[in-house]
Amino acid sequence: MSSELFHRPITELAAALESKKLSAVELTQAVVARTKAVDGRVKAFNSFDEAAALAQAAASDARRAAGQARGALDGIPIGLKDVIAVAGQPLTASSKMLAHFVSPYDATVTQKLKQAGAVLWGRLNLDEFAMGSSTENSANGPTSNPWDLTRVPGGSSGGSAAALAAGEAMATLGSDTGGSIRQPAALCGVVGLKPTYGLVSRYGLIAFASSLDQIGPFARTVEDAAIVLGAIAGHDERDSTSFQTDIPDYRAELGSRRGPWRLGVPKEYFGEGLDPEIGAAVEQTIAFYRGQGCEIKEVSLPHTRYCLDTYYVIATAEASSNLARYDGIRYGHRSKNATDAVDLYFQSRAEGFGPEVKRRIILGTYVLSSGYYDAYYLRAQKVRTLIRQDFLNAFREVDALITPTSPMPAFKIGEKADPLALYLCDIYTIGVNLAGLPGISVPCGFTRSGLPIGAQIIGQPFQEAQMLAIARTYEQAHDWHNRQPQLR
Amino acid sequence: MSSAPQLDIDHVARLARLALTPEEKAKFAQQLGDVLHHIEQLAKVDVSHVEPTAHASPVYNVWVDDVAQPGLPVELALKNAPAQRQNMIVVPKVVE
Repeated sequence: MSSELFHRPITELAAALESKKLSAVELTQAVVARTKAVDGRVKAFNSFDEAAALAQAAASDARRAAGQARGALDGIPIGLKDVIAVAGQPLTASSKMLAHFVSPYDATVTQKLKQAGAVLWGRLNLDEFAMGSSTENSANGPTSNPWDLTRVPGGSSGGSAAALAAGEAMATLGSDTGGSIRQPAALCGVVGLKPTYGLVSRYGLIAFASSLDQIGPFARTVEDAAIVLGAIAGHDERDSTSFQTDIPDYRAELGSRRGPWRLGVPKEYFGEGLDPEIGAAVEQTIAFYRGQGCEIKEVSLPHTRYCLDTYYVIATAEASSNLARYDGIRYGHRSKNATDAVDLYFQSRAEGFGPEVKRRIILGTYVLSSGYYDAYYLRAQKVRTLIRQDFLNAFREVDALITPTSPMPAFKIGEKADPLALYLCDIYTIGVNLAGLPGISVPCGFTRSGLPIGAQIIGQPFQEAQMLAIARTYEQAHDWHNRQPQLR
Repeated sequence: MSSAPQLDIDHVARLARLALTPEEKAKFAQQLGDVLHHIEQLAKVDVSHVEPTAHASPVYNVWVDDVAQPGLPVELALKNAPAQRQNMIVVPKVVE
């Protein structure tokens, strides 16, 4: 299995490692070589540490030789978005503010992946501080979409999606605040899963909007996503919003849940602004489930039209508060041009943050400021209640919802200069974050020009096992996920 | 919520402790004006009997025993400090 190891799913590689047809060092060397060969074009990585990865791979092989292998992820190279802390490694958020920051500790998900034996491979590019939908807002420059290098990979976890699609990692982690895992997964033709708020610890994740952020996996197949999710989920007392719940064996549950399910199609997600080719591909996905005996029911989420505005009030408000910590004092960029101690804050922040981060800090500060708090922030939190109720009402009638993931396929780098036009990329993913629900994007076709299309399945709170089973039923009957980009 | 939102960019940038160039001020004021105009439609929603949602997790209060735990060692905590001396962070003078 020497050729194109780097495009195989984890399930196959784990079997090869298990039967000793492949070593973790060989696999890691293949991924390192692939990364060196293609990342000059894809630009998914902010940095990588080859020696550290090979040392972890050698340790994995030693464990296996001693009969102490730790499961399906032992020896598998997994890349992390550059907002997830790995002790002793850079943590930049693709921002000049943290250009020289080195993590003093591991995020909980990092610890869990280490415990599972994974080989941590590289720091992946993103929109600065995860603010964006195209990975163009990075201090390191944009990442390219492996399916068309002149196009964006989506964002904010664009590096995580592109690295996986290009064979530069076997799975990756991203974070999703308004669609930042699912939208780039759709644009790059891979599986991306945003867990229920509270399922995965946020300890060691650079905070953007704390009531919306969740860490989740990108993977080649639904089964791979189930394996990675199982490794990172679970209660953590270091994140007070993490939820005490039993974590099922998501991979095993895939085999035992077979439907048919009751699936809802929210009519508000198929209106104006949806690319017709994407609409047609998602309609065919729905038709597939109908053919499988699923009951398909049109549902309404009447407050959908307010999701975008609610999100941009709440997310920017939380961001302005979270990013107040970057003041040039304790860590991060410190200006050399300040006139006094207070000016040090103003100048360090001016020099350290890029334009989109500044815009969002200004908007967030405004909606929280005296005289505007009730009109914007408090009102948005109330509309959020209505948005969540819409979803919970729909789940009285159906098990899950099916929608497009993104209204448009990957667009050209530099094409969307207007912030508002970019914000519209997230119209189908944002509601899930506001309501705290799990969502998964699975490849469901290609446009005539060869760009990937994703369908989103939205599950009930903490019902990831069912959501994954629904997604896998589709994947098993299709081969979109087996296609590989040509990096042109 | 007023029908014509006025974002006083100087005032807000001061609250955010963020120095902006005149070009940034002009550009952000225009772009954020557009965004605020879009956000105005939240005023149409009847929220008179609706409780706010701070986050969607079904967790309300979390209690932990008040027991000392090991934290970051000083060297690690200060590792990323822009300037340090004798295990302390050096800052510009704040009192005369």
